[in-house]
Amino acid sequence: MDLYAENILDHYHHPRGTGTLRSPAVRHREENVSCGDELTIDLTIAGGKIKQIAWRGTGCAISQASMSMLSEELAGMTVEKAEQLDQKNMIELLHVPVGARRMKCALLSLHTLKNALRTYAGRPVQDWNATMRNVKNSSRD
Amino acid sequence: MMTDIKGVRRQFPILEERIDGHPLIYLDNAATTQKPSCVLETLRTFYSEQNANINRSMHALAEAATNAYENARTIVAGFIACDDPRNVIFTRNATESINIIARSWAASTLKSGDVIALTTMEHHSNIVPWLQLKESHGIRLEWIPVNEEGEIDLRMLKKILQTGRVKLVSMSGLSNVLGCMTPLEQCMSLAHEHGARISIDGAQLLAHKDVNVSALNADFLAFSGHKLYGPTGIGVLYGKTELLEQMTPFLGGGDMIRSVTQDSFTCAELPRKFEAGTPAIADAIALGEALLWLQTLDLNDVHRYTQSLIVHAHHALLKIPGLTLFGPENPSKRYGCASFEIEGVHPHDLTDILGREGICLRAGHHCTQPLHKILRVPATTRLSVGIYNTKQEIDVCIAAIGRAVDRLRKQ
Repeated sequence: MDLYAENILDHYHHPRGTGTLRSPAVRHREENVSCGDELTIDLTIAGGKIKQIAWRGTGCAISQASMSMLSEELAGMTVEKAEQLDQKNMIELLHVPVGARRMKCALLSLHTLKNALRTYAGRPVQDWNATMRNVKNSSRD
Repeated sequence: MMTDIKGVRRQFPILEERIDGHPLIYLDNAATTQKPSCVLETLRTFYSEQNANINRSMHALAEAATNAYENARTIVAGFIACDDPRNVIFTRNATESINIIARSWAASTLKSGDVIALTTMEHHSNIVPWLQLKESHGIRLEWIPVNEEGEIDLRMLKKILQTGRVKLVSMSGLSNVLGCMTPLEQCMSLAHEHGARISIDGAQLLAHKDVNVSALNADFLAFSGHKLYGPTGIGVLYGKTELLEQMTPFLGGGDMIRSVTQDSFTCAELPRKFEAGTPAIADAIALGEALLWLQTLDLNDVHRYTQSLIVHAHHALLKIPGLTLFGPENPSKRYGCASFEIEGVHPHDLTDILGREGICLRAGHHCTQPLHKILRVPATTRLSVGIYNTKQEIDVCIAAIGRAVDRLRKQ
């Protein structure tokens, strides 16, 4: 299947969950310097659960669609579960084959979420190596 | 066009490759060029019939390898019209060549407060070595402004030089993003009038212009073999004798010494002083072969042809709605590449989609983040031409860009 499948382009053209929260528990921004993709996530958290999420960003179709799709999953998810999300979950969510050269585009949303949650917990942000750990490329389409 | 392009294309086996059933259209020549059969054959022949280390053993293979390696140096010297092959140092690539200038010449010659002048369109490889020197030695950097068409502000260059602090002007001869050539003769005489040395990053330039280091009076010239139809892993540093003589060796080890005791060493003579360890022997010999092959074509004719290709691309790109083309507005001032941005279309998406149709373009900042800051875009898409490309290939590419834009742009 094509990386630019209909659902990816649909989320890119009509992103879900964009905006800002008035008083987020945490606001975090990440970027891929090499391509200029950037995402900012706002979260409210209560009772160990993500209550609300809003995000905005600019960049390629893959990075923006990935954030849009992830944001739909996050509302109501426990922080514990969100912290455990990994690359495999993201690739399943995107439901398209992602090659090595686009992996950072596909995972920028996860990287931003991970570091938002780490910031919320008062832990230091993690680097890309940590987010990309154990990444296996899906086969070329 | 005198050169037989169909004949040229037949000499590049990779052009027979297909990507998912599509013919390969390779328009990423500013990143690296493809290699003709004679270069591939030279590599194979060296390893299968002549392989030995150079400058060491007394056997027949070693002598043949040494002669072939030194012959390649003579070919390179001839290619840049340098009288003495000892002024040609083999390196890994243009980046390493520039680093040698920084670490060896500049680090031992310049003092804190001395100035190195760079243009704002330099590749990172002609920025970072100088930033490192700024940190380690307190060297100051002055930036020569370049406008969006890639024209150097010569008045500013003069002003910077008039401070009397500038020891080196280091500049690209041809921008890897804007596709504009630097007025090297003018910059050369300005720098020399003010007592500054000048170093040319020729990584892009040499594929698109004849460079005569003697006539230019260049102090240093750095370039890579792989952008000149030669192999990767081999580059060149040209330097004037008096500069190379006064420089300390960059790397210590085998081959760069005359003698070693438990207390000290003395350096070998040029060029071996800068070639510590076993070099990329086969790659150097194959680079020589690539340059000989280029010279069998009429080089001026080749340069005219590749320029006609990029002029064609310039006009065709401008017909795409929402496209901004960077670099010279006057297409006759454009060489090698055309970088552009299309409103609402990210370069990575565009080149990913084109790549699936066998069309190879590059997306990103092309190792020129300071220039992209001036252009006010994080990334551009770059189309860059080589000797084997055709106008038909460019037309196929432009049509594919149009289709990809329709798909990616928000309706």
